[in-house]
Amino acid sequence: MTEIVKSITTPIRLEYVYRPGRATSRFLRGLAEGRILGQRCPVTGKVYVPPRGASPTHGVPTEEEVEVRDTGTVTTFCIVRIPSEGLSIPPPFVAAHILLDGADIPFFALIHECPFDQVRMGMRVKAVWVSKEELAPTFESIRYFKPLDEPDAPFESYREHL
Amino acid sequence: MSRSLQEAKHVLEYPYRRSVGPVLGRFFGALAEGRIEGVRTQTGHVLVPPQEYDPQTGEATGEPVAVASTGVVTAWAWVDRPRPKHPLANPFAWALVQLDGADTALLHVVDAGEMARMKTGMRVRARFRDERVGEIRDIACFEPEEAR
Amino acid sequence: MRDVAIVSFAQAPNVRCETERNEVEMLMPVVAEALAASGIARGEIGFTVSGSCDYIAGQPFAFVSGIDAVGPWPPINESHVEMDGAFALYEAWLKIQSGEVDSALVYAFGKSSMGDIAEVLTLQLDPYTVAPLWPDAVSLAALQARVALDRSRVTERAMAEVAARSRRSAKANPNAQLRGDFDVDALLAEPYLVAPLRKHDCPPVTDGAAAVVLAAGELASRSCARPAWIRGIDHRIECHSLGARDLARSASTEIAGEKAGAFTGSFDVAELHAPFTHQELILCSALRMAPSVSVNPSGGALAANAVMVTGLIRLGEAAARIHAGDARRVLAHATSGPCLQQNLVCVMEA
Repeated sequence: MTEIVKSITTPIRLEYVYRPGRATSRFLRGLAEGRILGQRCPVTGKVYVPPRGASPTHGVPTEEEVEVRDTGTVTTFCIVRIPSEGLSIPPPFVAAHILLDGADIPFFALIHECPFDQVRMGMRVKAVWVSKEELAPTFESIRYFKPLDEPDAPFESYREHL
Repeated sequence: MSRSLQEAKHVLEYPYRRSVGPVLGRFFGALAEGRIEGVRTQTGHVLVPPQEYDPQTGEATGEPVAVASTGVVTAWAWVDRPRPKHPLANPFAWALVQLDGADTALLHVVDAGEMARMKTGMRVRARFRDERVGEIRDIACFEPEEAR
Repeated sequence: MRDVAIVSFAQAPNVRCETERNEVEMLMPVVAEALAASGIARGEIGFTVSGSCDYIAGQPFAFVSGIDAVGPWPPINESHVEMDGAFALYEAWLKIQSGEVDSALVYAFGKSSMGDIAEVLTLQLDPYTVAPLWPDAVSLAALQARVALDRSRVTERAMAEVAARSRRSAKANPNAQLRGDFDVDALLAEPYLVAPLRKHDCPPVTDGAAAVVLAAGELASRSCARPAWIRGIDHRIECHSLGARDLARSASTEIAGEKAGAFTGSFDVAELHAPFTHQELILCSALRMAPSVSVNPSGGALAANAVMVTGLIRLGEAAARIHAGDARRVLAHATSGPCLQQNLVCVMEA
């Protein structure tokens, strides 16, 4: 009696050379210099970071480069407690959206040096960079964000960016 | 890395596990035993590999049918430089093989050594792996029948 | 049926490897050019639909970020097909036929250079009995060519002539990637890549993007001095199992051609989506192409093959002949799947 096979494994593996384009390349090179570079939409004046070369609302090129600060406001956050394959850091940790000062779109980053029950919307934070020698054209140049000793930003200042 | 632009190596990898259902499940079960089975359609054709439905009519197919491990090459293409993912590392032929007792052809490879041995209409025989798990690669390749 | 026309077409230069721009950066000028040529404002477009394949970039849901190129604010009526943009155009045509909208923007993009496109296309095959063997796209096309050769439907010389003619025609196409004069005897003296295919029988690896604007009735007439009216459009698919198909002919093209009106009247130009030389010969036979028809004056897929874009470019190139006043009646074809599994035929008139 032939045994019926229930399932098979069909692994796939494909290799790519990823080229992020002009805008994102400039952003990545900025990180290697310890700077965060965005781009301004010529129609709305909004600054997008990381930039992709296009205004996501108007479909026009964003050519003006704008350096934003490495300080910002937590607009929203979550506490990750579930491990998952491919995650380079062990849970639990805080993942947050941070509206960098000078930017009009929140930036995804981790928050450390802060007890979980004290992370909050409106909290002011600052980037913690790797050492000068370790700076490279990668997101990993920013290790994480830590709390700033500043009063919370008023809700009105980030309500449009949730 | 180019001087002015970033580029990075990116690997996409998925360890898919697929439920195969009863029709292919039986086909793979037979392969694990070193045999090849097809399925009979309501119009009496034998499909290898089997399908759950008749591609000509859309009707559900019927009972499994044992077919031979030998058959005829209906089309072939010679690969001089195999890619790393290909089933054989030495030069080989892709082939559509219509097994004796089947009405459709199975895509697989023929280990013929050199292109000059390949011919449409040639007879081939399946070579099974020693260690079989119930999947299409349980057939290591086909080889020219004359080799036997 | 509503009268619907292609009123504008734009494409990026087809190149072997676009190192500088990402997909959105490639698309933006193309979308802007197509919209400007139509005179229809961005916000007035009724429906937007794109064709692309996430595996080409190796990024799940890559198509979602492609939308940045059209500026979807306020939110727009949008759709996507994981297929060549030609099939997105079919969806746009249907949407206009439904009466819900009067215009549509169709775009397609693909940077085949990022991965190994011949292996990426393996993932469209049956994942149970075929894909685990990793037959690449060139190998499968070679099997089809063998069947066509064995049945005397094509010859290796006729295939080389298709390659030479395509790349000669491409000299007049500033957006083509592979162009020049090739001697057929010299081509036939080249070694096989995957026998019976030689390198010249295969398409180049290409990065590209294209956009088309469709409009109905009065709007089309206002948008374009010489609209390319779609008189018939149809697509058909064959079964997935390669071993259960007759690879020497294209039964789906025959039916789509019949339904689209390809067998009545004559054509000035035909743009056929045939990435491999023998496939053009199979398509010409399926469409009963008269010798007087100018086939692939753009150079076709053998001169530039941005996967997921090439079919839409065939429709655009054919329409552009009408826009320019160089043709009165044209045929465009697009394909999808291994070995011409699915085929779309579109007949357009001035």
